[in-house]
Amino acid sequence: MANVHSDLLATIAGIGGVLIFASLIGWVLQRRYSPNGENAVVENLNDRTRAWWVMAITISVALLGGRTGVLILFFICSFAALREFMTLTNASRADHNTLVAAFFVVLPVQFYLVWIGWYGMYSIFIPVYVFLLLPFVSALSGETRNFLIRISEMQWALMICVFCVSHVPALMNLTIPGHEGRGVLLIAWLVITVQLSDVLQYVWGKLAGRHKIAPRLSPSKTVEGFLGGALSATAIGMALNFMTPFTLWQAGLMGLCVTMMGFLGGLVMSAIKRDRGVKDWGHAIAGHGGFIDRLDSVLFAAPIYFHLLRYYWSV
Amino acid sequence: MGSRVRAVAADLAGWGITAFARLLTAVQPVWQGFDPAVPQQRIYFANHVSHGDFVLIWTVLPKSQRRRTRPVAGADYWRKPGIRQFVGSDVFNSLLIERNRDGVEDDPIAQMASALDEGASLIIFPEGTRNLTDAELLEFRSGIYRLARARPEVDVVPVWIDNLNRVLPKGSFVPVPLMCKVVFGAPLHVGEDEEKGAFLTRARSALLALKPKTEGA
Repeated sequence: MANVHSDLLATIAGIGGVLIFASLIGWVLQRRYSPNGENAVVENLNDRTRAWWVMAITISVALLGGRTGVLILFFICSFAALREFMTLTNASRADHNTLVAAFFVVLPVQFYLVWIGWYGMYSIFIPVYVFLLLPFVSALSGETRNFLIRISEMQWALMICVFCVSHVPALMNLTIPGHEGRGVLLIAWLVITVQLSDVLQYVWGKLAGRHKIAPRLSPSKTVEGFLGGALSATAIGMALNFMTPFTLWQAGLMGLCVTMMGFLGGLVMSAIKRDRGVKDWGHAIAGHGGFIDRLDSVLFAAPIYFHLLRYYWSV
Repeated sequence: MGSRVRAVAADLAGWGITAFARLLTAVQPVWQGFDPAVPQQRIYFANHVSHGDFVLIWTVLPKSQRRRTRPVAGADYWRKPGIRQFVGSDVFNSLLIERNRDGVEDDPIAQMASALDEGASLIIFPEGTRNLTDAELLEFRSGIYRLARARPEVDVVPVWIDNLNRVLPKGSFVPVPLMCKVVFGAPLHVGEDEEKGAFLTRARSALLALKPKTEGA
């Protein structure tokens, strides 16, 4: 079994190589089609690539920082995602204390539970304890207007932005025989496969997209884009199976599973944005939108990936 | 020596306050009426829901313009010695107005006009007080009209501060993190023979028109 550090460095170098390639393509496209910034698609592509550099460097530093680095990074992502999500909910003045509890109690406690590795608690803390207790805080305010809507939205926000996000660093807690101490690579494989699937769906969609899947939810998603993107990302996931405990075909099945979850997550989160009349969740990441816009697919894939690994591979 | 230490402390505090505002609100400026990079003198007028209003405006202004943009604030609140005076005077260089006008000689409009003559930009809240009601915007007091009349050449810019009332609703002490926007509209000028009422109505509807249409609540 290869050293985790050299594998991680090889992975980071690989990502760097891909980004250099993408930046070169973007540079050529800009010189040919958008020398004065007139082509919106090319400009957006280059914005995205630049943001990818920042994101890739950030996550590389976090992965090199090991357990602590990963926990801090995803804690920050969780905070930013929750901030974006709560902004779009009906949470009103009457829910102020509930929001305070969500941000300053539930979020840190969940990550603390992941930090100490108490699986029995972090897997049910939000779905059971918070689910049952938090609505009471809103009920105390005495404001009953939209009550069910308000408490449901806040619970949903916590499930997506805290519970699901925390399952990425929780991958470090799994003990897989023959794969000890390689949790960062499990995370890197998930993030690379799912994010590449998003990128490749975008590329395939732009190049070969004909039939729209859900025009009312997301006009840019096409059957060709989805199939091309998910299959090619899965193929790359298979090629990267040295990072994981998977055999080649296991990596393929897992790749299909996480890219499928990522795709579904993207559609669900789009439906919420449509409902609220916004194009993006936020504006933090140039060319991408908010944190949730970039994380949506990983959020949906992480808990399933975690539980499949836990059930079939860990001890 | 003492004043240099104070100035450095004020710079640090200013940095800390804007960093905190960004962490809490991820505040996003929306420029609808002019190019913020043009260093021009302006009177910004905004809706007033919390003590953090001018902090958000200050945070999104280009750094070079922050120093010379002075919030107009109530002296009774900001002249209390200690942290408030330090924040009000040293950090934000506020222009303090006596709200209780008994026995005060300075005319607030004259105070503001002379600050403009010194080259400062101003942030004013024409509702006169924080809006703690359910109405989206209170009626305007006449000060903005008299100021615009006194210095008709200065741009009067409407600024809508969005969502900050949810971050820290009245009666609560702990702010929650929610995204805020600061929307800057097109500059206004008082018309040659525009009446007070007409200008106040025009300014108020220009401000309301900036309110983003899509919101959670």
